[in-house]
Amino acid sequence: MAARVLVGVKRVIDYAVKIRVKPDNTGVVTDGVKHSMNPFCEIAVEEAVRLKEKKLVKEVVAVSCGPQQVQETIRTALAMGADRGIHVEVSGKDYDSLGPLQVSKILAALAKKEEASLIILGKQAIDDDCNQTGQMTAALLDWPQGTFASEVAVEGDKLKVIREVDGGLETIKINLPAVVTADLRLNTPRYATLPNIMKAKKKKITNVKPGDLGVDLTSRLEVLRVDEPPQRQAGVKVETVEDLVGKLKEAGRI
Amino acid sequence: MEPLRKYAQERVAPLVSEMDENSSMADEVIKSLFELGLMGIEISTEYGGTGSSFFSSVLVIEELAKVDPSVAVLCDIQNTLINTLMSNLGTEEQKAKYLPRLATDMIGSFCLSEAGSGSDAFAMKTKAEKHKDYYIINGSKMWISSAEHAGVFLVLANADVSAGYRGITCFIVDRDTEGLEIGKKENKLGLRASSTCAVNFDNVKVHEKNILGKVGQGYKYAIGMLNGGRIGIAAQMLGLAQGCFDHAVPYTRQRMQFGKRIFDFQGLQHQIAYVATQLEAARLLTYNAARLKEAGRPFVKEACMSKYFAAEVATLTTSKCIEWMGGVGFTKDYPIEKYYRDCKIGTIYEGTSNIQLSTVAKLLDQEYNS
Repeated sequence: MAARVLVGVKRVIDYAVKIRVKPDNTGVVTDGVKHSMNPFCEIAVEEAVRLKEKKLVKEVVAVSCGPQQVQETIRTALAMGADRGIHVEVSGKDYDSLGPLQVSKILAALAKKEEASLIILGKQAIDDDCNQTGQMTAALLDWPQGTFASEVAVEGDKLKVIREVDGGLETIKINLPAVVTADLRLNTPRYATLPNIMKAKKKKITNVKPGDLGVDLTSRLEVLRVDEPPQRQAGVKVETVEDLVGKLKEAGRI
Repeated sequence: MEPLRKYAQERVAPLVSEMDENSSMADEVIKSLFELGLMGIEISTEYGGTGSSFFSSVLVIEELAKVDPSVAVLCDIQNTLINTLMSNLGTEEQKAKYLPRLATDMIGSFCLSEAGSGSDAFAMKTKAEKHKDYYIINGSKMWISSAEHAGVFLVLANADVSAGYRGITCFIVDRDTEGLEIGKKENKLGLRASSTCAVNFDNVKVHEKNILGKVGQGYKYAIGMLNGGRIGIAAQMLGLAQGCFDHAVPYTRQRMQFGKRIFDFQGLQHQIAYVATQLEAARLLTYNAARLKEAGRPFVKEACMSKYFAAEVATLTTSKCIEWMGGVGFTKDYPIEKYYRDCKIGTIYEGTSNIQLSTVAKLLDQEYNS
């Protein structure tokens, strides 16, 4: 069975924070803003830890790309039960332009280096909503992929993955090694217990540079502008159904 | 503390109002406190505890108190009173029997006060009569926290009345012991989700191997343990004040009157800044007392100061927060009024403010003795 699982965890602005666009429209305000682990990454970590608890996997390695602060995110994964962490150091302009293509190259290189046979990622990050990293990583490695997973089961040297798709649920069987991306209903992540939080402090996090992995961080994308969504316009109240139909016809809606 | 904050916000916060209304601690909260290892913070891992430090307990209590001081006090009593006594004084047999349970599923209560003895603890009337290898305990304890759910009671009773307070002995009494009866739950102003009951002892037979420590040393153990316990209460009051403050200040930044935020009025800014400073001072007093205790340095004076000061700051903060929030602060729709009701007990239990001040004065007197 899969000896080693790589789990990607991304540090994003906390889901409860009210996002503000920077005055120069180059991005959103991140300074001093509360950050936490991407919720789908939490679900990915939980799934990996459960596989380890079922003794289907020997080691769970949490990976994050970014500046010093992402170590907190890796520690959270360790507190949830991951065995060790890898911090891929990316900062400054490289971090600003870091996207799925670069991350998937990094993950593919790490998967080879660490001899991982399973990669579990969140289906997407709540900041960019790209939903690409898992798919790209699988393609770069030429591995099968089970994306939008709501259930994962090990069957010998294969994985049965139930995927949430527009039409309902799709069940597929894929060979290992493979990439799986976690959807919302895959599991409910555990709260880190105090003993595990204390243990996590002693677990190892190794630092790695993208250059050491032979990865080029140049982005093929350039962000031109970031704007807030348009302000919601006031509505119009009508007295009768006839008025409503009239107004809708006026606006060309019917 | 971030994962703990998350737990407190997601699992405890939604239940706070209902628990307060019903004067009842939700089973789910009790269960999750145990599951997360928060009830055996300093218990050694060999007994199934978390194996962490006193300072960790202080931080946990503070964090829980931000969301619900009642939940914090449950955690505080278990960690700073019950577990401490058991770990420090228990025989190997007692520790092996009780510590694993205290860490995983059993709540403990501490029975010292009676109707006729609060601050004057040594005036207690509960007696333990010796017979061969057991004692018969008779008496009534009052104001016992967590009694509703406790599985074990550490009971201070006098085993030798002729020796005065030097007869006070600490007994470990299991809940299901015949003659132990949990009295009615008090209907309190605040900390309502924390059960506070009378506990009656009617010819309760306790074997002498259930004595914690030595006969006649109970008074010493109680004082010693309460010295540390008061830092826990300081942490609770601190968290209470901070939690209340964290609810009120955002409101002042949103509420507009006379064309600007009420936060923008200098009068309010000065009050808010003043309270924030008092909070910070209380925090430093508390953390310093904890640090001194952990370092094995004398800490009793600082512990008294921190408990006394934090309780005063909690009273000030909650009172001001209601004012800043105006009418809505006065309604139960907002969490502020609960903090105001909860804070009052801080100046009363685990040593009244006057007792704290007297202790500080006594220590100062000794300090200047040479």
